[in-house]
Amino acid sequence: MSKGIVIKAENISKQYRLGQVGTGTLSHDLKRWWALARGKEDPYLKIGMENDRTQKAKGDYAWALKDVSFEVAQGDTLGIIGKNGAGKSTLLKLLSRVTSPTTGNIKIKGRIASLLEVGTGFHPELTGRENIYLNGAILGMSKKEITSKFDEIVDFSGVEMYIDTPVKRYSSGMYVRLAFGVAAHLEPEILIVDEVLAVGDAEFQKKCLGKMGDVASDGRTIIFVSHNMTAVQSLCKSAIYLKAGQLVDAGRTDKVINNYLSKEVKNCTYRKWENNNEAPGNEHIRLLSAEIITDLKNETDVITVSTALKIRFEFINFTDEWLINLSLLLFTAAGNCIFNVGAGPENLKKGERYVSVLEIPGNFLNDEMYTIQLLFVKDGSVILFNIEELLVFEVFDEEREGNWYGKWQGAVRPTMLKFSLT
Amino acid sequence: MENVTINSEDIDSLWDTVISPKKSYLHLNVREIWRYRDLLMLFVKKDIITVYKQTILGPIWFLMQPVFTTLIYMLIFGKMGGMADKTVPSILFFMGSVTLWNYFSDTLNVTSRTFSDNASVFGKVYFPRIILPISKVISGLIKFFIQFGLFIMIWIYFLVVKAKTPINPNINILLFPLFICILSGLSLGFGLFITSLTNKYRDLIFLVSFGVQLMMFATPVLYPISKYPRYQFGLFLNPLTSVFEGFKYAFLGSGVLDFRWLLYSSVFTLIVLISGIFMFNKVERKFIDTV
Repeated sequence: MSKGIVIKAENISKQYRLGQVGTGTLSHDLKRWWALARGKEDPYLKIGMENDRTQKAKGDYAWALKDVSFEVAQGDTLGIIGKNGAGKSTLLKLLSRVTSPTTGNIKIKGRIASLLEVGTGFHPELTGRENIYLNGAILGMSKKEITSKFDEIVDFSGVEMYIDTPVKRYSSGMYVRLAFGVAAHLEPEILIVDEVLAVGDAEFQKKCLGKMGDVASDGRTIIFVSHNMTAVQSLCKSAIYLKAGQLVDAGRTDKVINNYLSKEVKNCTYRKWENNNEAPGNEHIRLLSAEIITDLKNETDVITVSTALKIRFEFINFTDEWLINLSLLLFTAAGNCIFNVGAGPENLKKGERYVSVLEIPGNFLNDEMYTIQLLFVKDGSVILFNIEELLVFEVFDEEREGNWYGKWQGAVRPTMLKFSLT
Repeated sequence: MENVTINSEDIDSLWDTVISPKKSYLHLNVREIWRYRDLLMLFVKKDIITVYKQTILGPIWFLMQPVFTTLIYMLIFGKMGGMADKTVPSILFFMGSVTLWNYFSDTLNVTSRTFSDNASVFGKVYFPRIILPISKVISGLIKFFIQFGLFIMIWIYFLVVKAKTPINPNINILLFPLFICILSGLSLGFGLFITSLTNKYRDLIFLVSFGVQLMMFATPVLYPISKYPRYQFGLFLNPLTSVFEGFKYAFLGSGVLDFRWLLYSSVFTLIVLISGIFMFNKVERKFIDTV
């Protein structure tokens, strides 16, 4: 064992049975039992398909994880990234000892605490005070530890006034704050965190991220799963990238994230729906097409930082007598919003076909992957229809003047802003 | 220089936790349970105090159930059915039985649902799973002793005030802790066994609740065993029988206390408890996939 390694996962796999438990599973269980009783290996370990959730299941078994090995050093913050269904949650469950692997093993050194959810075991009838103790103990703290941190927890969550009121009377925000307050004051040697940060308001999220950063700088080990690449980027020193249950890449965070983005996010600059039933939309709005128009001549030409873009889409309006607003949001692939521009409010005619175009000038975007989200809002407040990742495109860098070729920082690269030097 | 060879077992011992597909089933990690003793006590506290939240009478409600059940049993089985032991006050006869039986059946019912009731907590965080059923046994015990306190008060009333009534407590009262151990062990052992068996295939769960009800009739709860001498051997095969009869003999002086059958019950309890833990260990590590 090399020194300083606190988690070592060796060839872990996890198989799940698809479908319902019933007579079919019973016959498999009997066959498995019979094979094991004769000293043979489990016949169902050899089969099972890749965990691609969008495909129709061909067999009865799926591998949520397959032969994953990695190591985590002490004081490291490891991010786990991957799309939905890549096996991130399964891996966290195995690390938290909620379930055990089908094959392989994980060795852990030190006290481990996992936050797959905030407020596990909260009882609605108990008061805030009682729940702090109960939840803290479930997460592995002793009563003494909780008592010594009690004031801090109450302070952090800001519910002092309600501390002796049953939590069923709490607003959902207070509930989450209290729950996260307990979690944030855990002091294990290894902390496993699922996307619990995606709760509460922005200020509270910042507070939580800050707390996690503190924990990491204390020399404790953190394993963190998130879809928010910015959070992973800023919190984690290293990362592993899972795809369909298999480990694709491991190493420094920025390298792994780039690999992830390039493999998982596909350019999609033109979409047209012939059939109204397949087109995205609902009884109010239905999209007909969406595309990014450039003045590039050749097929092989790519969008670069100087290319001017027109984002054009067509839709049919089925609503009547409402003022409709359109919002177009541009995101980086890491999930940060660059801008949100609106059109309207407009009183649209029922059954009419409308075309909307947004121009993005050249020399404005950076060399990044971008996604576009479209929102239709009625009367300024009610969302009629919302589509994320309507279009996805990548902007490439151009040959630069000067002799620096590193990654240009920033979500945009607006050259119209002049920075004088005299 | 000597060559130092470290075999792989030594290396493994440097890790605090090894998560692997297989584990010894007969392993009860007492040290780990001890480390989580605060959690155990908080679970017990939760069980006790959530029962009477938002009530005015509070813990007094724990007494209502045995009091009313006793009164109804006295009326139906005592007066109308004539099943009670006529040699002792029927309130003591029924209340003693009902208190013991409620402890046993409540604990069995709740521990036999350990996995299904707590799937949401078990699915999110690790702690030694056995803590939960143990906490149910302890909170059941606390409830039992509150109810038993009432029994003792009535018992003392009959001993002191109505001294003429024929109750003859004897030295066998010292066996009381053993009776409680057998009841706890049986309810926990059966509960662990049932919750493990019904985790994947739930068929059996339908048998449990009415099975427990039926079992009450196969146990001398509502009648003294002396009433049915022909079936005595069969009734004593039920490990609960010697506890109920022994309890009545020790406290009231009316009942059958047979040490051979008590030994049988103790051994039976141990076997049930050990096999319950065995089954529980076997299932607990993967139950969340199949619950």
